[in-house]
Amino acid sequence: MSTTMVAALNTALRDSMRADANVHVLGEDVGALGGVFRVTDGLAAEFGAQRCLDTPLAEAGILGTAVGMAMYGLRPVVEMQFDAFAYPAFEQVFSHVAKMRNRTGGRMGLPITIRVPYGGGVGGVEHHSDSSEAYYAHTPGLHVVTPATVADSYGLLRSAIASDDPVVFLEPKRLYWSAADFSPAEISTAAQVPPIGRAMVRRPGTSATLLTYGPSLPVCLEAAAAARSEGWDLAVVDLRSLVPFDDETVCAAVRATGRAVVVHEAAGFAGVGAEIAARVTERCFHHLAAPVLRVTGYDIPYPPPMLEKHHLPSVDRILDAVARLQWEQ
Amino acid sequence: MTVLDDSTAPDLVGPPNSHGPRRDPAPLLPDPEPVRILGTPAAKTFDAELQRELYRRLVLGRRFNQQATTLTRQGRLAVYPASTGQEACQITASMVLRKQDWLFPSYRDTLAVVARGVRPLDALTLMRGHAHSGYDSYEHRIAPLSTPLATQAPHAVGLAHAARLRAAADPEAAEELVALALVGDGGTSEGDFHEALNFAGVLGAPVVFLVQNNGYAISVPLASQSAAPTLAHKAVGYGIVGRLVDGNDALAMHSVLSAAVEHARSGRGPVLVEAITYRLDAHTNADDATRYRSAAEVDAWRARDPLTLLERHLRAAGLLDDAGVAATARAAEELATEIRTQFDNPPDPDPDSLFTHVYATPTSQLREQAAELAARLDADADAAADDAEDEAR
Ligand SMILES: Cc1ncc(C[n+]2csc(CCOP(=O)(O)OP(=O)(O)O)c2C)c(N)n1
Ligand SMILES: [Mg+2]
Repeated sequence: MSTTMVAALNTALRDSMRADANVHVLGEDVGALGGVFRVTDGLAAEFGAQRCLDTPLAEAGILGTAVGMAMYGLRPVVEMQFDAFAYPAFEQVFSHVAKMRNRTGGRMGLPITIRVPYGGGVGGVEHHSDSSEAYYAHTPGLHVVTPATVADSYGLLRSAIASDDPVVFLEPKRLYWSAADFSPAEISTAAQVPPIGRAMVRRPGTSATLLTYGPSLPVCLEAAAAARSEGWDLAVVDLRSLVPFDDETVCAAVRATGRAVVVHEAAGFAGVGAEIAARVTERCFHHLAAPVLRVTGYDIPYPPPMLEKHHLPSVDRILDAVARLQWEQ
Repeated sequence: MTVLDDSTAPDLVGPPNSHGPRRDPAPLLPDPEPVRILGTPAAKTFDAELQRELYRRLVLGRRFNQQATTLTRQGRLAVYPASTGQEACQITASMVLRKQDWLFPSYRDTLAVVARGVRPLDALTLMRGHAHSGYDSYEHRIAPLSTPLATQAPHAVGLAHAARLRAAADPEAAEELVALALVGDGGTSEGDFHEALNFAGVLGAPVVFLVQNNGYAISVPLASQSAAPTLAHKAVGYGIVGRLVDGNDALAMHSVLSAAVEHARSGRGPVLVEAITYRLDAHTNADDATRYRSAAEVDAWRARDPLTLLERHLRAAGLLDDAGVAATARAAEELATEIRTQFDNPPDPDPDSLFTHVYATPTSQLREQAAELAARLDADADAAADDAEDEAR
């Protein structure tokens, strides 16, 4: 059955709420409206307005309230309406959500899932297209997960909600309406739920390895297809989880080709790609034929819609980077 | 208490229970009912010329909303949050300001920006997706449209405070300006709104906060947003004057807002005005309002359309006739034509603009990135030209 990413996320929320009465959804417009992206569609109707709560419009309040609910044993799933509108909640996320387990000597974990639609490519006006993953990934105590496929969006969200640690769950809004054959019954057993922290090789290859995640997976797959005519056989790795980071899968995929390019749409400077390039270089130095390169958004505030095409990693920019991987002997 | 020697025990009966001067909250409290002028004796003494001017500007404002909505349907705006039904708030917010004053609008307040003299194309630049802001904020004394809710409110306080600091340091340059911040009912829940009120109260800054309470924050009704008696009551906790007004009564809006602005200007402190209004259109073109409100509710508010109310009153008062209505309608069509002309082939944004204004002086990294993009675009253009040549052969 063809399912969109939005529908898969919606099913994951519903299944988690059915499975555990402690799971509560809260956020702006998540009730009658079903969220501005309809990810919570129908949840208030099935579980009631208290379990799918339309909160006052205050992100710090939403996160702070979720902390208190989690302290008392509930499993809040918070929706931030857009990437850049999560910023008022940073105080709660960084000072409490990320640190509570550590501050309390392990006594008080906070099983909160923070869902954040993120990234650009949807023609959104300013503040609607930010890639904020590096802020979260830089903060110890948070898991940071981002699905790129319909099946993963279901499985990883279920894993996130089941996790005893806080998970920042970044949903690439550009892929919300992507569809694939998928039925949640396929991963009905716990063993089939993808664990948080494992990357996935989406395309094997022998020439070079593209390392990417979330919104940039499709353009990497496109680049790999286009690279065939240039004589390159590119592997593509979907990281899925930025924290914890799957060094094992990533390094195996890089060692197999000896060349790597990291691709993401967030600004490059001090971005997640910098961490990945450093880790790969530290661990695979003797297998590398060229420095690890990055193709990222420019170091600028996210552009207005009419200019965003220049900012986002494109097939051309990826292939240009691949061409610079020192092929001449 | 047994360890304490009674003779030295502090007086627990009558301690001072306040650290600062206590204020009588009564003068800060809003009236129980929103201020109305239309249909009251006060309408009779309201300046006739001003009434006609309000009518003209409301009609043009409505036409602006309609034209922008049409542009969105044509794909020439990426998004448009219409203020249809809120024109009396939008228009008066700009009319009551003097040249030296500042406006701090939110994303829904494009009309207020146009009403202050900004060219429609420039006011709509953000919505067009061309640049983040299309007008010169210093020329017009209007901050960029603010999308992160209520974040502009503390800016208004800071600017108004700075103007007073400057005036104290250099009385000859004193501007006696007022900053007017526009916020929605939903925005009043944000921490920044409360912090702005508190700062304004403590600093005594010449600021007016206008809350356009249109009953909803996207889908969330006011009842889920706040348990306060009215939003205007929020002023009291910060030692600020709160005022409640019918936001669909253009005369009341003008009267309450000008009084608030002059109150602030005269150094008597900030004012919070809550205007009760309604957005007749969906939140934006991307919203489906039928999910959260009934057609009957919308119809009831349509009957209280600020334009209809004003027109009915002006006709009854003998200040407007069919010819006047027709002439105003013609002026509105001229505005619509003017907007369409401005939107005919406006220049595309220059990709280099991505890099030019991130810093006063671009970093070496940005200069490198700009050069890389420019080279890529040149190469693309050359390839396209070659293709065209091949095709021609
Ligand atoms: C900090 C922040 N959170 C969320 C949003 C998303 N958002 C945009 S408009 C809106 C509702 C605003 O309601 P209100 O303040 O009543 O203004 P109105 O749209 O009714 O004019 C929301 C939640 C935002 N822009 N900024
Ligand atoms: Mg509102």
